[in-house]
Amino acid sequence: MATQEALRSEDTARVSPLNDPKVRGLVYQVVVFVLLVVFIYWIIGNTVENLRRANIASGFGFLNGRAGFDVSQNLIEFSSDSTFARALVVGFINTLVVAITGIVTASIVGFLVGIGRLSRNWLIQKICTVYVELFRNIPPLLVIFFWYLGVLSVLPLPRDSIDLPLGSYLNSRGLYLPRFVWGDGAWLIGVSLLVAIALSVFVARRARARQMATGQQFPVLWTSIGLIVGLPLLAFVVSGFPLSFEVPKLSTFNLTGGMQIKPEFIALYLALSFYTASFIAEIVRAGIIGVPKGQSEASFALGLRSGQALRLVVIPQALRIIIPPLTSQYLNLTKNSSLAIAVGYADLVAIGGTILNQTGQSIEIVAIWMVVYLGLSLLTSVFMNWFNSRMALVER
Amino acid sequence: MAVTDVSYVRTEMSPSEQPPRGERGLVAWLQKNLFASVGDSVLTVVGLLLIAVILPPFIRWAFLDAAWYGTDRSVCATVVQGGVQPEGWSGACWPFVKAKFELFMFGRYPIDERWRVLLVGVMFVALFVPLLMPRAPRKGLNALLFFVVFPVVAFVLLVGGWFGLEHVETSLWGGLLVTLVLSYVGISVSLPFGIVLALGRRSKLPVLKMLSVVFIEAVRGVPLVTVLFMASVMLPLFLPPGTTFDKLLRALIGVALFASAYMAEVVRGGLQAIPKGQYEGADSLGLGYWQKMGLIVLPQALKLVIPGIVNTFIGLFKDTSLVSIIGMFDLLGIVRQAFSDTNWASPQTPMTGLVFAGFIFWIFCFGMSRYSIYTEKRLDTGHRK
Repeated sequence: MATQEALRSEDTARVSPLNDPKVRGLVYQVVVFVLLVVFIYWIIGNTVENLRRANIASGFGFLNGRAGFDVSQNLIEFSSDSTFARALVVGFINTLVVAITGIVTASIVGFLVGIGRLSRNWLIQKICTVYVELFRNIPPLLVIFFWYLGVLSVLPLPRDSIDLPLGSYLNSRGLYLPRFVWGDGAWLIGVSLLVAIALSVFVARRARARQMATGQQFPVLWTSIGLIVGLPLLAFVVSGFPLSFEVPKLSTFNLTGGMQIKPEFIALYLALSFYTASFIAEIVRAGIIGVPKGQSEASFALGLRSGQALRLVVIPQALRIIIPPLTSQYLNLTKNSSLAIAVGYADLVAIGGTILNQTGQSIEIVAIWMVVYLGLSLLTSVFMNWFNSRMALVER
Repeated sequence: MAVTDVSYVRTEMSPSEQPPRGERGLVAWLQKNLFASVGDSVLTVVGLLLIAVILPPFIRWAFLDAAWYGTDRSVCATVVQGGVQPEGWSGACWPFVKAKFELFMFGRYPIDERWRVLLVGVMFVALFVPLLMPRAPRKGLNALLFFVVFPVVAFVLLVGGWFGLEHVETSLWGGLLVTLVLSYVGISVSLPFGIVLALGRRSKLPVLKMLSVVFIEAVRGVPLVTVLFMASVMLPLFLPPGTTFDKLLRALIGVALFASAYMAEVVRGGLQAIPKGQYEGADSLGLGYWQKMGLIVLPQALKLVIPGIVNTFIGLFKDTSLVSIIGMFDLLGIVRQAFSDTNWASPQTPMTGLVFAGFIFWIFCFGMSRYSIYTEKRLDTGHRK
């Protein structure tokens, strides 16, 4: 005992502070920290000096200034007399619009192509492979230009618009669709839709509880479809058909009325959807391959039909593999929507860039960008993590 | 009782029977792969229709109806548009690509000095190809030449100003040259920098860890466009007044920082996959931190994440096209700029130029992804089934 104690004390005594990992770590960190502080101090000093020379007042006061530019697509009211802050909000909404529509389309196309790559059908499998290998290996910016400069800008002028069904037109200024004009009592339809969704959730829960308790099944799917379609339809009839269409009309030089979807948006939306879909397809394929074959064999052995086996056994397990990388693809699509600036779609970055050029408030604008995109990333990952934790394997 | 007559024992296998008629030949293949069921047949028909809608028009546009010879826009425009083609004509405008080919490759690099770019290109290929071939000898020397000597020589050759070479402003560079320079520098900076960041993130020292986490998450959370804006607008603000900064260098810094953050996350995935026993084994052998990482952990971790690393490289290569947004002329930027040349502007020019640029990007990226699959198979020393 005593010798051991002596040995130990001797040991610790022999280690010089130079070789003690704790002391070393502390020294490294202090050095890095001091260097960092000096570096930041130097940068701030330079920045202040540069701003003073350029006569730029720092701070977010400029946001209340008059914008003085127009925005081509604005979902909330905006004119050149509005403030910079409102312009940024318009841009943010536009970013959200293209990101959400893009995510929905990319998911649908991606899942179809991903499943198609595993199809036993030779032709479908090859088509899907060609699609994935083609779009994965081309820059998204090039795809955007392809749609914008190669396809949409060579469409005919408004007076020779291409007629589409349902009173729609397609020309070099975009896609013109009939606009829904809601009349009095239209709110009833929205309310009934919400009620129907709530009822379906309730029915699904009760049916599940009953199946757990008694083993009796209840046709939840058909009930829900009936509720979600039927109730709003009923409200529509009861409130006296409060819907009319404003169809775009062709005049000599332009189309008037209706709803116009700008070519910038179409190009960005199509490019982002098709580009991201190729990545999602690969993720879906990897997810389905990742479920061991024994799982589907076992479910056939239990007497499940192939649809049931897919729905109840294979897909829930594949989703576990799919969701984390899918989240990062969604985030990538949202970030790639900033490529809007290349075709002049007024998203957050494009509007920020315009303001930056006008006012020179580069630090503030970049800070706003970072906060918004980091916030979006955080929100998406929180939501997907929640979804993932519901889906994740519950182990003992 | 010796067996004398063994002639009834076969000495060789009897030839196997042909499979039944329904199992061989084209018809069986079709039935199995294209028309196995009603649903399958419907899918096949849909697929055939899809091909019929896309492929013939594309072939007609790109080859059969395309304009191949000419010196200006008239061969690529219809009579109404001021050209020679009949009304309703639509085809690729290949003379445009032919006329602008050198521009697409070198940008506005002075014509008399282009041999320097070509020489750098030849050196790049001569050093890079043996590095990629596992059987080529002297890997160490090759890597030293490629990563240490080559950049210096290439820099001297491309920029000039020494040894009687004329100085060439980077604002004159363009086209594939800029794309490749950005990618080469981005790739060779982001890998070591990403490894350092990943190690920092896994470090037990709180200050280093915090720094790495903040950097990685901040950069990964924002789009590359904003990082490039930052590099081009804010970098000059951060430096002492009066410092001028090369535009290409600014873009390089932006691209390299961005790729490093992504690389760090890929490498971290590899580090996390290494069992703890490997770290502890290295510790018990008395290895220091850098020995432990350099000799034991990183070789295993990096091997695990080769696909991820190459995917990051491919992403970086594609992302270099974004520098055209901050006013630089990489391959895509210069192709796009060439559309506005009045000598060639026609409705068919943009499509032709973009298809050409897309083809070049595609070849590079597809090559990288194939090589990654090949390497992955070669290095797979595991015992998985």
